[in-house]
Amino acid sequence: MTEQFVTRAFVGRRDDAETGAMGGGERRRRTPPGQYLTTEFPVLSAGPTPRTPLDRWSLSIEGLVSNPASWTWEEFLALPSRDYVVDISCVTKWTHLDMRWKGVSVDTLLEGVYLDPKAAFAIAYSDGGYTTNLPLADVLNNQAFVAYEYDGKPLAPEHGGPARLVVPARYFWKSAKWIRGLRIQAADEPGFWESLGYNNRGDQFLEERYTGD
Amino acid sequence: MAIDWQLATVTAVRDETPTVRSFTLGLPGWSGHRPGQHVDLRLTAEDGYSVERSYSIASEPERAGEVHITVERIPGGEVSPFLHEVVVPGDRLEVRGPIGGYFVWEASLGGPLLLIAGGSGVVPLMAMARHRARAGSRIPARMLFSSRGPDEIIYRAELDRLAAAGDGFVVAHTLTRQQPPGWTGYARRIDEGMLAEVIEPLGAATRAYACGPTALVETVANGLVRLGLPPDRIRTERFGPTGT
Repeated sequence: MTEQFVTRAFVGRRDDAETGAMGGGERRRRTPPGQYLTTEFPVLSAGPTPRTPLDRWSLSIEGLVSNPASWTWEEFLALPSRDYVVDISCVTKWTHLDMRWKGVSVDTLLEGVYLDPKAAFAIAYSDGGYTTNLPLADVLNNQAFVAYEYDGKPLAPEHGGPARLVVPARYFWKSAKWIRGLRIQAADEPGFWESLGYNNRGDQFLEERYTGD
Repeated sequence: MAIDWQLATVTAVRDETPTVRSFTLGLPGWSGHRPGQHVDLRLTAEDGYSVERSYSIASEPERAGEVHITVERIPGGEVSPFLHEVVVPGDRLEVRGPIGGYFVWEASLGGPLLLIAGGSGVVPLMAMARHRARAGSRIPARMLFSSRGPDEIIYRAELDRLAAAGDGFVVAHTLTRQQPPGWTGYARRIDEGMLAEVIEPLGAATRAYACGPTALVETVANGLVRLGLPPDRIRTERFGPTGT
């Protein structure tokens, strides 16, 4: 539609107040197009919540690397971690500003595995069979981390615990819950939602929601 | 390949309960959908300010040139009060879809079919039930529907009709807060015992679809896994209190 359609009698509930922790201008700047702000943490998943006992949990880096790596839960918790405060946007339209996580940078996980020169994509895979694909350029340089705490508490199973990938610059389906590893590949490979009509890249500020956006 | 915005004309508005209303959207260029999919709706003000929301499609794909959405009025919300209080037949709304390819059931997938709904989570499941009836399917199907009280049962009369058709569709209601005198249905939140009773005639090859608030969907999905249903036959869709 080239000419903008106007919905009869729609004004909207503008949130322009310059009060609170941040002003209306900053809230608008940080809210991607088509999104609304929430302070809740809605849950969306396609099937039952997997529950893998921690003594059988591991996180692996495999594929096009010289030294594949794998950590038990204790080993993973012993890796250098940091606190992150990031804005999260879900393709179902909610955006939650300043979500507080603790986790391990993907850069840290990739230290010492020696990426093959042909390595270009990371396929995150999870308990329950979920997968999502990301160009390495979207996850390196501190753009992605594996979180195990949210808001100062262990990450709840329905939110992806014990550990989930978090990629704040992409719609939240790229932040794979219940992550068990990254497979490094030369070729791209659409993941679960990317094969079911959702956008391959998912940049929320470009509103890349669905295939063809 | 892109899913383009289309202009829909509202051709009918119907109250389902005191807080839930259905809208018929006439869409001459509609490409069809699969039961369980949703549409995105966009409202735009004169100065260009716009908002988007997703709504499950309530109608069966056999209905050509239109889709129905069913919207619960969320107090304090930005979109649902506008749809309830302002939108009337003849108004036009921007929509695009269909969207979503996993929380989908059609008769060709087979059954038996178990549909479990909490509140307005019934909407995508209703598209499946309507499609099943309209397609003449006799796949054994059961719906377990949790509502707070008797006045809040969405699609109640139509569900009664579908269950009376004698084609293998059974509906069980549970009312969690208020039950009318003589109520013979369940009167508690969905639990594993209730799930066991409802699924028993269908067996372990059942395909289950659950939609509702997170707590209900978690209970249902975990319960069905414990009752022996393979996780890949349990599909979930959730909505929280933020779906305004």
